[in-house]
Amino acid sequence: MQSILKTLLSRPEISALVMLVVVVAGFSFMAPQFASYGNTRVLLFSLPELGIVVLGVGILMIVGEFDLSVGSVFALVPMLMVIAMGRWGVPPIVAMLMGFALALAVGYINGWITLTFNIPSFVTTLGMLFMARSLATVLSGGFPPPFPANLSTDLFVADLGLFRSSMLWFAGFALILGIVLHFSNLGNWIFATGGQSQAAADMGIDTRKVKLFCFMLCSFLAGFAGMITTLRLRSALPALGEGLELQAIAAAVIGGAALTGGIGSLVGMLVGTTLIRVIDNGLVMARIDANWFRFAIGALTIVAVILNTWVRARARRMK
Amino acid sequence: MTARLEEHFQATETFVRPTAEALVRCEGLEKWYGSVHALAEVDFHAEPGEIVGLVGDNGAGKSTLIKILSGAHPADGGRIFFEGREVRLDSPKAAMGLGIETIYQYTAMVPAMSIARNMFIGREPLTRFTIGGIGLMDRRTMVEHATRSLTNIDLTERSPDTTVEELSGGQRQAVAIARAMYFKSKLLILDEPTNHLSVKETNKVLDYVASLKEQGIGSIFISHNLHHIFPISDRIVAMARGRKIADIKKSDTTIDDLTDLIV
Ligand SMILES: Nc1ncnc2c1ncn2[C@@H]1O[C@H](COP(=O)(O)OP(=O)(O)OP(=O)(O)O)[C@@H](O)[C@H]1O
Ligand SMILES: [Mg+2]
Repeated sequence: MQSILKTLLSRPEISALVMLVVVVAGFSFMAPQFASYGNTRVLLFSLPELGIVVLGVGILMIVGEFDLSVGSVFALVPMLMVIAMGRWGVPPIVAMLMGFALALAVGYINGWITLTFNIPSFVTTLGMLFMARSLATVLSGGFPPPFPANLSTDLFVADLGLFRSSMLWFAGFALILGIVLHFSNLGNWIFATGGQSQAAADMGIDTRKVKLFCFMLCSFLAGFAGMITTLRLRSALPALGEGLELQAIAAAVIGGAALTGGIGSLVGMLVGTTLIRVIDNGLVMARIDANWFRFAIGALTIVAVILNTWVRARARRMK
Repeated sequence: MTARLEEHFQATETFVRPTAEALVRCEGLEKWYGSVHALAEVDFHAEPGEIVGLVGDNGAGKSTLIKILSGAHPADGGRIFFEGREVRLDSPKAAMGLGIETIYQYTAMVPAMSIARNMFIGREPLTRFTIGGIGLMDRRTMVEHATRSLTNIDLTERSPDTTVEELSGGQRQAVAIARAMYFKSKLLILDEPTNHLSVKETNKVLDYVASLKEQGIGSIFISHNLHHIFPISDRIVAMARGRKIADIKKSDTTIDDLTDLIV
């Protein structure tokens, strides 16, 4: 019994799960229609676009690095795709591949600069936040590029009733990355590199490669999520995803990822994402001024970290 | 100061020389850290089944020498031979691949990870589901071997899922040693492994190193405490300011002579 409790309390996502239950119960009580089919649908429609970004940001945090540029990549990648299709007449599949190549390149540059010059990724990706956003705006030339009128977006955003097909992509990414992170040797290297990179390197792990991989994965997922949003809106907006990086980091932190690296879980990322979406949506349903959204996320982030720290210390003291 | 040191120098010609069977042999190793000459023309060797005690004052270059042998740092000059063949130890992986295991002066463990995961960092046993070196870890094997290793080091009350941060310094060191024991090596390097250990734990480490001898495994054992290494060493190598100042069979010297030499 003791040991089951200890195992439970040692899980990084435990406080987030408790908070999610409390918040859902609270909103259901305050706004009966919160738990309705219609509203669940609204919630699930918006979940994947943030969730996919959080997966990348969270894994990058576990390996001990940051990415503040995800919001800008979220706009830049689909901007290139739509311009390639709408202005240059490139076939959709090729345009997509161009966009993903750009995303991977941004991630590689973030990682390469951070690791080669040994500077904080916070700084590198802050710079990239501005540069990628600027590129998205310059590329668009001031007004949104024409979106191909007869382009089918069903593969990514078809309405499937309770959710859109984007949910399936999110579930797929979450499943694969969950297995990679928690059950594969690569996952073990990611945790080791973030937890104590000297030890990881001394045990023969190429920590540079592992980090580069995580940077590239993070950028790729941000670009992918941006593509989904753009397909849903059927318009490429240069201002898309502004402030998204902070929401994504908040979701990862609320879900138990430690800023110092080496701690976090996939379930935590899912719970953190859901909490943020639930609060966003619940405030509206409960007819609370939506401007409280950021206040709530901010407070929640702080409370989550305090809770996490406290719970972890408690768990460690138990036999 | 220098004069006194010179006085105690063993004549270079009387340094013990490697045999043709030497497990590892280095010639003229050089290492600079910026303007610090951490290793200067260091020759070093270890024979199979031999325990070499490596001693010297703080900053003498002991850790630098073993970091080169374990592939953690590249040498700036010199040659390294392993089992008679010249080798390039440009990564810890390369060194481990040859059978060189290292127990570092700091405990090379990831605190937030479990004992079982720590034991296999970088060398995780994999299941059949593997593509290009990346695959699912064989958790059962990991836990099984970790449990057995914990028994070997008398840590039976701990589950292999315990995180390393919950262990005492001595217990962590014991796990590091268990890890090295598990990956049966040809050469074991121990950089002050008895640093955080109790008398009882220290004796266990010393017994363990002595037992490796019988299996033909060579060891390089670094310690500040001559009383720890003298009894189990076959040969003592002393360093000062990046140079080797003595390389002598235990039978040809005494603890008192050595104490004079290194302090
Ligand atoms: N990573 C490094 N960067 C810069 N200088 C270093 C580095 N590692 C060691 N040195 C310097 O090289 C010299 C030799 O250090 P080394 O760690 O090999 O000594 P040591 O014999 O192991 O000492 P100790 O007994 O204190 O562990 C010292 O002057 C040290 O300051
Ligand atoms: Mg040292």
